[in-house]
Amino acid sequence: MYARILRFRWTIAIVVVIIAALAPWLVSAYTLTLLGRFLAMSILAIGLVLLWGEAGILSLGQGVFFGLGGYVIAMNLKQATLGEGEIPDFMTWSGLDALPWWWTIFSHPLLAMLGVILVPAAVGAVFSWLVFRRRVGGVYFALITQALALCFATLLVSQQQYTGGFNGLTDFKTLFGFDLGAIGTIYTLYWVTVAFVVAAFAITYWLLATRYGKLLRATRDGENRVRFLGYDPAPYKVIAFSIAAAFAGIAGALFTLHAGVVSPALVGVVPSIEMVIWVAIGGRKSLWGAIAGTLIVNFARDQISSALPSLWLYALGLAFVLVVTFLPDGLAGLGTNLVSRLTKRSDDAPAGAAPIVRAEG
Amino acid sequence: MGTYTLFVGQIFNGFSVASLFVLAALGLALSFGLMRVINMAHGEMLMLGGYLAYLTLLVVPGPLGILVAMPVAFVGAALVGAVIESTVIRRLSSRPLDTLLATWGVSLILQQAARNIFGAIGVGVTAPEWLNHSFRVETGLLAGLNLPATRIFILAVAIVVLAGLGLLMAKTRIGLLVRAVNQDRFMAGASGINVRQVDLAVFCLGAGIAGLAGVVLALLGPVTPNVGQTYIIPAFLVVILGGLGSLVGTTIASVMVGLFSALVQIFVDVSMSQVLLLLFVIAFIQFRPQGVIAVRSRALD
Repeated sequence: MYARILRFRWTIAIVVVIIAALAPWLVSAYTLTLLGRFLAMSILAIGLVLLWGEAGILSLGQGVFFGLGGYVIAMNLKQATLGEGEIPDFMTWSGLDALPWWWTIFSHPLLAMLGVILVPAAVGAVFSWLVFRRRVGGVYFALITQALALCFATLLVSQQQYTGGFNGLTDFKTLFGFDLGAIGTIYTLYWVTVAFVVAAFAITYWLLATRYGKLLRATRDGENRVRFLGYDPAPYKVIAFSIAAAFAGIAGALFTLHAGVVSPALVGVVPSIEMVIWVAIGGRKSLWGAIAGTLIVNFARDQISSALPSLWLYALGLAFVLVVTFLPDGLAGLGTNLVSRLTKRSDDAPAGAAPIVRAEG
Repeated sequence: MGTYTLFVGQIFNGFSVASLFVLAALGLALSFGLMRVINMAHGEMLMLGGYLAYLTLLVVPGPLGILVAMPVAFVGAALVGAVIESTVIRRLSSRPLDTLLATWGVSLILQQAARNIFGAIGVGVTAPEWLNHSFRVETGLLAGLNLPATRIFILAVAIVVLAGLGLLMAKTRIGLLVRAVNQDRFMAGASGINVRQVDLAVFCLGAGIAGLAGVVLALLGPVTPNVGQTYIIPAFLVVILGGLGSLVGTTIASVMVGLFSALVQIFVDVSMSQVLLLLFVIAFIQFRPQGVIAVRSRALD
């Protein structure tokens, strides 16, 4: 029975990926731009499933890593628009006469691509190691990550001479020599995004099936018990945080390519916590759910917020309260519940939907 | 203006900012000590206090309006706190991280409601005459030092609240119950204390104190829908530094955060001082992850 469902799952997965890949011919150009952006964001959401759903680490600062990836690629894109010896106009206005070294290194395509992954991962590793090694976690960690998001966003605004300040970086023309406005580049970028979503999905799926994944879940459910068994949970949590940070960085870079802009408005406290609601609505323990949640929330925002901006914030606030209170496993949990209830009726299996009691301490 | 004056002036500023932080953080720290949950909508209790002060001054103008506004804001914020506690937090108290998210939703709703009712720009509360002057040191080493009366008033409010809360905790029956639940929730419940009621009472008290802080904030600047957000993140850091639900710890941590911010602002701008504050907190937990005051407990999280 279970094997059949699994095989069935793979078929569905392949069909979904094929449909996603055919989207350029299925939807309008406008919807395709949105879909590209939102799929890029769903890579971040996949990282949150690993970090929050499985490891139980709530980060309210994923926007920081999203922003790091975005700004790294944006520095490359911005330099591609400049002639020999030129610097961006906001630097001229602020009285700089040369690009700082941490701009120039990302003019190299390979370094920019590496930077998108490694810069967020390294920042995430150092930051989380400093906190987790002293066994500070849970609510404290969430609050510290929120402070990190605040600091990052205010730094971006205040260090205007390096970051373009409140407006961020925009007006890009080419990526590694390809014209960003050309239809071929737009389609290719979209397919690259789909490929990254599939890769992030596969990596996380595999990780969660390994002993590492089991240890993460064990740490979530009873960190002290894991310690008593002889493991130090800190490195496992640091790795999860760094992977989630790297995913967020990739998401930010792809988003920047689709949107043509990266700015502090996308990375601060409020956007960071909204990233968590995508996953909460979709289902924090479900990779499918996280992707679906990201698409649903963002398409809904696109529909509602332009027409009725104040309604959107009420809806978002209510979604936080209701989903977290009544649907802790999100839409995916609702789906699983329905399926197990249906199969239970046909199989008459007793233990199928036994409630899982979380051990505290 | 001499270096001394600047230095002493910043220390004074640090203490007055610290008194705002302590008023904002006390409720968070007390509830965190009892229930291990953080109310992300606590900043909106500040906001609510500010708006209630504005409304009270419309009804009761005159020099003593601000003194009427304080009990009004306290009661108003405490009532809203009671609603939040009994509808959202009570259901989620076994899931602390989810409480963060749900109360963030509450905070979004409250902010948007304020935006719809009072407008996004914010409303102003004019300080009464007797708070409108400042004390200047004219001669000596500290010549040029300027101490605005509003800031001294804030310090006084914080000291009175802290003293009152200390007395409440140490001398009254309610305080005894709170300390009992804080030390051992299950034993307290087993010996007949209504633990849920203690939770609710402490939560309302904390929200009320935040409401008071909102009145004080209204004297410093306009009350906007997101005025609470400005102060709440440092208040969260205060809770982290202070240690579990300790009054003394929270006070010391507030002073640390306030003084640190004020003193580094002699050398760097505000945004850089936020970054340095975060680095300070991360450095601090390397040495004392349990906070300033470690509460001894046999419980293993």
